[in-house]
Amino acid sequence: MRYLPLTEADRRAMLDAIGVRSVDDLFRDVPDAARRSGPVEGLPDHMGELEVERALGAMAAKNVPAGSVPSFLGGGAYRHHIPAAVDHLIQRGEFLTAYTPYQPEISQGTLQVLFEFQTQVALLTGMDVANASMYDGATACAEAVMMANRLTRRRKAILSGGLHPHYRDTTTTDARFIGFETVVLPPAPTGGEDIAALVDDGTACVVVQNPDVFGHVRDYTELADLCRARGALLIVVVTEAVSLGLLTPPGDMGADIVAAEGQSLGNPTGFGGPYVGLFAVKDKYVRQMPGRLCGQTVDADGRRGFVLTLSTREQHIRREKATSNICTNSGLCALAFSIHLSLLGEDGFRHLARLNHARAVRLADRLAGVPGVAVLNDAFFNEFTVRLTKPAAAVVDTLAGRGVLAGVPVSRLFAGEHEDLLLVAATETTTDSDMDALANGLAEVLR
Amino acid sequence: MTMNAQGRPTAAFAGESAGGEETVTGNRGLRIEEPLIFEQDSPGMTGVDLPAVPDAPLRLGTVRPRGRIGLPGLAEPQVVRHYTRLSQKNYAIDTGLYPLGSCTMKHNPRLNEKMARLPGFADLHPLQPQATVQGALELMDTLAHWLKTLTGMPAVTLAPAAGAHGEMCGMMAIRAALEHRGEGGRTRVLVPESAHGTNPATAAALGFTVDPVPGAPDGRVDAAALKAKLGSDVAGIMLTNPNTCGLFERDIRSIADAVHEAGAYFYCDGANFNAIVGRVRPADLGIDAMHINLHKTFSTPHGGGGPGSGPVVFSESLAPFVPVPFVVHGPDGLRLVEHAGGPDAGTAFGRMKAFHGQMGMFVRALAYILSHGADGLWQASGDAVLNANYVMARLGDVMTPSFDGPCMHECLFDDRFLKGTGVTTLDIAKALIDEGFHPMTMYFPLVVHGALLIEPTETESRAGLDQFVDTLRALAERARAGDAAAWFQAAPRLTPRRRLDETTAARKPVLRWKEGEGRAGP
Repeated sequence: MRYLPLTEADRRAMLDAIGVRSVDDLFRDVPDAARRSGPVEGLPDHMGELEVERALGAMAAKNVPAGSVPSFLGGGAYRHHIPAAVDHLIQRGEFLTAYTPYQPEISQGTLQVLFEFQTQVALLTGMDVANASMYDGATACAEAVMMANRLTRRRKAILSGGLHPHYRDTTTTDARFIGFETVVLPPAPTGGEDIAALVDDGTACVVVQNPDVFGHVRDYTELADLCRARGALLIVVVTEAVSLGLLTPPGDMGADIVAAEGQSLGNPTGFGGPYVGLFAVKDKYVRQMPGRLCGQTVDADGRRGFVLTLSTREQHIRREKATSNICTNSGLCALAFSIHLSLLGEDGFRHLARLNHARAVRLADRLAGVPGVAVLNDAFFNEFTVRLTKPAAAVVDTLAGRGVLAGVPVSRLFAGEHEDLLLVAATETTTDSDMDALANGLAEVLR
Repeated sequence: MTMNAQGRPTAAFAGESAGGEETVTGNRGLRIEEPLIFEQDSPGMTGVDLPAVPDAPLRLGTVRPRGRIGLPGLAEPQVVRHYTRLSQKNYAIDTGLYPLGSCTMKHNPRLNEKMARLPGFADLHPLQPQATVQGALELMDTLAHWLKTLTGMPAVTLAPAAGAHGEMCGMMAIRAALEHRGEGGRTRVLVPESAHGTNPATAAALGFTVDPVPGAPDGRVDAAALKAKLGSDVAGIMLTNPNTCGLFERDIRSIADAVHEAGAYFYCDGANFNAIVGRVRPADLGIDAMHINLHKTFSTPHGGGGPGSGPVVFSESLAPFVPVPFVVHGPDGLRLVEHAGGPDAGTAFGRMKAFHGQMGMFVRALAYILSHGADGLWQASGDAVLNANYVMARLGDVMTPSFDGPCMHECLFDDRFLKGTGVTTLDIAKALIDEGFHPMTMYFPLVVHGALLIEPTETESRAGLDQFVDTLRALAERARAGDAAAWFQAAPRLTPRRRLDETTAARKPVLRWKEGEGRAGP
C-alpha cells in the first residue's frame, strides 16, 4: 500500500522491540465482541491511483460543471475566475499540509497570512478588526447573533426577510437548541420591510443582508442609528464579497458585526464547500469574538513575529466557558481568499466589482426585453430577481436540459414560496453569448 | 497525578541572542525576511488583467459607491514570491514528522487534491438543478455508505463543517430526540476530565450542564464514578474513544449499557477513530452518535487550520434526528432533501451551514478510502498503533509514560522525568524544533502534569521514527544530566523566529496592520 512505509521486516522488528507477538495483541483492550479478526466485510480492497481516478472520474463525468455551460447561478455562491497563481500557491505543501499554527516559531508563514487576511477583511468590511475565519457565511451569521446575545445580555434576534434563508435556518437552528428568541420577517422580494418598528429594548440584534437575497442593495445607516439608540447591535451579512469592492461597506453604515461569505475570492463554488466565513467587528467587541485570532508581537531577539492570541476566549483553554466551540476553521480557504485579493489589489478589486455590476446591468436590460420576464430590482450589484409567467423551477429544469443553468428558483431557497421568482446572477465570467442563450431560452420556454 | 490546571505557559521567554553572522538584508541564506504585503504597495499596480468596464450609469439606488479601500497593489511575480517566501517559514507534514498527538498529522496524498479539482466536482454550484449533479450526489452517497459500513451505524449526516461542528450536530440530535420523547428536562451531560476542550464547550453552548467525570488511575474514565452520576436528568455522556491519553476505554460496553438503561444517549468523540478504523466498529461498542474528522482519519489536509469536515454517524434511535440537507434515493435518481419541516424531511432538526457540507473534503476522503480499501484501512490503523507503541517502548526508560500500555495511536508521557532539572515540557518541545521536528502536543490532556502526547501516525517509516526517538532520548538525557535549563530555555535558536512574546500579544492586541503606523520591530 503506497501510503504505508513500514515493511513486513520493520513490523516484525518493532513488535519484538515492543515485546508482543502481533499487532492484534496491541488491541487487547478492545472488548472481544467488538474486535474484528479481519477487515470489514462488504467493502472493496485497495486500488491504485489509476483505478481511483477512473472511479471518481466516472462520478464527476455525470455532472454538468457550471463553467461548461452558460450559468447564472448565485444565491450565496458565485462563480468567479480564479487566477492560476492562487491554486498553485495554496497547494504548496508548507501551506497545505501544516496544522493550526500552535508552534509559532515554525508557523510564521501561516501566521503572517492570517494577520494579513484579518487586515484585508477589516478593510473590505470597513470594520476595525476581523478574525482568522469561520466555517462559512451562514455559521458566521449564527455566531454573530450569539455574540450579540453575550454583549447585550439580551436574547432576541430580529432576522430580516432579505436574509438568505439558509443563513436564517442556520441561525434559528442554533436558537432552538441554544435557547434564544428569533423574530423572522417574511421574504420581501419587491421591496423594503419595516424592521425598525420591531426593535425594542429586549432586542439583542438585527440581522440584515447587503445585497439582500433578492439582490437589492440597501443603505442601513438609519437602521444602525436606530439600533444604537435602543441598545441593539446591527449585524450585516454579505454573501457576495466582491460587492465590497463597489458598495459602501457595512462598517461605514454603522454595522457592529459583519458576517460574510468569502467564497467569491479564491474559492470555487465546489458544490457548497468548503467555503470561508468572514467575521469582523468593532474594536470594543474583540474579546467576545468567536474563533481564532492572530496577533503581532516580538520574538526573543526583538524581531516582529505573529502568534495566535486572546486564546482565553477559546475552547481549549476555557472549555465550558468558551465564547464558541470552534476549533478548526477555514485556514486554507482564507489563504486562497487572501492570495486572490492580493493579486487583485486596490485597483483590480474595485475594477472586478464594477465589472460584475456592469455585466449584471447589461443582463438585466437584456432580460427586461424578454416577453414574460419582469425585473424586480431597481438597485442591485451582480444579482437580481425576475418574475416569470411560469413557475421558475420548471423553467430552470427545462433550460438545464437545453444546456443553460438559468439561475436559482426562489422556491428552492424558500421551500415552495414565490414560485414565479428566479434569482439571476452575472459575474465577470458571464459573456454576451451566455446572455443571449438565457434570453433566447427564456423567450422560448415562456412563450 | 495532579491536575495541570495552568494549561500551557505562554510567557516563557529567553533573552540569550541567537548570535551568528549579521547580514545586510537581515536574510540568512534561504531564510528571507518578508515584509507584510501592505508594506509592498505599488499604487495602481495589479496582478490581474480584466476587460474594460463599459461606461454606464451605476444602478445602486441610494447606496453610494465606496471610496478607497486601502489594499496594496502588486504584480503577479511579487505576489507569488510573497506567498512562496511565507510558505518557507512553515513546518508541514510534507517537510517532516509531525507527532502532534490528537491532531493526527498523516501524509496527505496528492491524488486527493487532483480528484477534488476535477471540474465535475469543483465547478459545481450548490444550487444547480439536481439532475445536473447526480454524480456529486452519488459521491456523497458512496462516502456515506463507507462511513456507515466502517462504523456499523445505520445513518450518517455529512453536513457538519468540522469535528467541533459535528459534536454540535450530534448533541443537537440528542436534544431533539429527548424533546421528541418528551424528556427535554434532561439537562446534565457527563464529560470526562480528559476530554477535548470542544466537548464541554459544545455541551455548554447548547445549554447543558457539564458534569465532569474523574479519571481512574489507569488513564481511563472512572466507570464506577460515571455510572454513579447517571440519573433521570442526564441527557447523555460525551466520551472520547480511544481517549485523549491514547488508551482504549475497556469498560465502554458496560458504560454504554448503563447509559442506555438510564435513558440517556452515548455521544462518542470520534477524533481518534483513526486508531481503530477498519478494525473496530463503533456500533459494536454501543454508541449512539459519533463525529468523524475526515482530516484526521481520512487524510484530508489540515491547511494550516482547516477546512475540516465532521460527518456524524447515528444509531437507529437518533437516525431520524439529523440536519438537512441529506441525500435520498428516489424514482428519478438521487435527491437532496433541503428543508427541515418539509414533506420528506421527517423529524430533521434544522440546518448547520449554508449548503450541503464540505464537498471538497468528501472527494478527498473518498479518494483516500478507495485507495486504501477495507484491507488497507485495516493495515493503516494497525500501523498507526504499532508506530505509537514502538515510540512508547523506545522512550519508556528515559521519559515517564503516564500509563501502562499498550497504547493505541498515540502515547502519553508526563514531565516526571524532568523533575528537578529546571527543564519543562515546553523547553523539550522547543529544543525539538531546533532538531528539525515539529513538537508533540504539549500540556494536553490536562489529567497529567506537563503532558507530552506523541502521535506518529502510520505514514512514518521506521527509520524516521528511530531518528525522532534518538533525538528525544538525547534531549531527555541532556536535561537529566543537569545544568541544562538555560540551554533549553534559549531554544529554538535556528528558526525564522525565536520564542515569541505571547503575553504582550494578548495584553496589547495588535490584530491588523494599519496604514501610517509603520512597522513594529526591526
